Amino acid sequence: MAEMQMLKGDKAVAHGVVSIQPDVVSAYPITPQTGIVERVSQFKADGELDGEFLRVDSEFNACSTALGAAAAGARAFSATSSQGLKLMSEPLFTASGMRLPLVMAVANRSLSAPLSIWGDHTDTFAERDGGMIQIYGEDVQEAVDNLLMAYKVAEDPDISLPALSTMDGFILTHVKEPVEIYSEADVAAFLPDREPNFTLDPSDPKTMGAYARPEHWTETRYAVQEAMLRSKDKIDAVVHEFAEQFGREYGLDYRGLIDVYGPEDADVAIITLGSLVGTVKDVLDEYEERGESVKLVKIRVYRPFPIDELRAALRGVDAAAVLEKDVSLGYQGGLVTDLKAALYNTDVRPDIRSFIVGLAGRDIQRREIREVVAEMQRLAADPVSGTVAFEDEESWPQVREDILEEVDQS
Amino acid sequence: MSDPVDPYEELTITKGAVVEPGTSLVNKTGSWREFKPVIDQDACTGCGLCETFCPDMAAKAIEERTYAIDYDYCKGCGICAEECPVDAIEMIAEVN
Repeated sequence: MAEMQMLKGDKAVAHGVVSIQPDVVSAYPITPQTGIVERVSQFKADGELDGEFLRVDSEFNACSTALGAAAAGARAFSATSSQGLKLMSEPLFTASGMRLPLVMAVANRSLSAPLSIWGDHTDTFAERDGGMIQIYGEDVQEAVDNLLMAYKVAEDPDISLPALSTMDGFILTHVKEPVEIYSEADVAAFLPDREPNFTLDPSDPKTMGAYARPEHWTETRYAVQEAMLRSKDKIDAVVHEFAEQFGREYGLDYRGLIDVYGPEDADVAIITLGSLVGTVKDVLDEYEERGESVKLVKIRVYRPFPIDELRAALRGVDAAAVLEKDVSLGYQGGLVTDLKAALYNTDVRPDIRSFIVGLAGRDIQRREIREVVAEMQRLAADPVSGTVAFEDEESWPQVREDILEEVDQS
Repeated sequence: MSDPVDPYEELTITKGAVVEPGTSLVNKTGSWREFKPVIDQDACTGCGLCETFCPDMAAKAIEERTYAIDYDYCKGCGICAEECPVDAIEMIAEVN
């Protein structure tokens, strides 16, 4: 039976890492991730981690050495945040093309400038096009559990892709919650040893990441795309196996890609991800008590994108709000953009509005969520016909325009 | 390595596009060159810095203290000419 402990999020993930026993951990410290690898290195010093712990000179090197270890057949782990993830971006895209299942914990944090150490999803959303599986955790337990599941999906020889298991910086990394930590034996029963498709071996030399000519490159990208899409089936299988063995359920009705809370036939839906899910759940309980029809759609997996699951969850919904902690500057939030694209060629067409909130650690209060729900309820009751102006599709409800010199105050 | 098998011949794409070694040998990047380094053998002291600095291993010793450029792979970056301590390497525009 697993042991329940009161642990800070970063430490809990470190316990999770050790239960997985990666062969190689290579990392560089960055707030708010540091606590994860700090504790992993302590485990190494205490003799509880059998694998190598590499202390490197940068995130670029951390990711590159983890990639090299994965190429040699190792189970590799790294962790980072924010600017560190940007520095890892190049080797992560490479890991995807090389089909190397290196798994990372990301403590989500904003990107400079201005400098901020606080959390939002700007860092991982900026990596969405790189062929890495991205799984978002709502609380500390889910962050630990997702890491285990990420390994099982990523290392499946048929998938063989890098994966990012994310948790909101500070809100989850620095909160203490009761967490179930599994024994190495239990984890080993869940997660078999990695069986690499190829390994770097001097006695049988191979080239990984060779120069591809125009007549070959398209096929390699197509293969990654196919594997990313195929990984949805694997995620589906893995959340069921996880529930079977460890008793915790993550979106079993939606292949583990999303989860839905609230009445199935709700008129209004709130769509979000990460730690904000917990806050929204709390607020929606008030509506449930009053018998008002509002549901929450929680995004667990952002890449591969849960197209069919979102279509199913939003069928019959009149108005949907996306709350997200990122924005693709010059357009809109990344999640809402993808969501609208997923619905365009269907008859599932709720009115959709998006709300950019919680950037760089700004608190999101219950009152603000209630205001969004109220706006969606008005929209559901009185839908807009025809074209919605771009500037009306998305709002930044937390912006303090009065302190912003660049905004026209007239 | 002599007469390597062309790893691109009948290439099928494995997971991760893993291939047999030798891709660098068959991709003759010398065709990218716009300026060609030419070594003045009378001025050359045989110090070997061109070989040390060449990023493509195209500057090579062909005998004791004598260096030559492998034009199959030299991309014409000019680093050898820049580093040569006796200015024995001249970059000459390629005529295509």
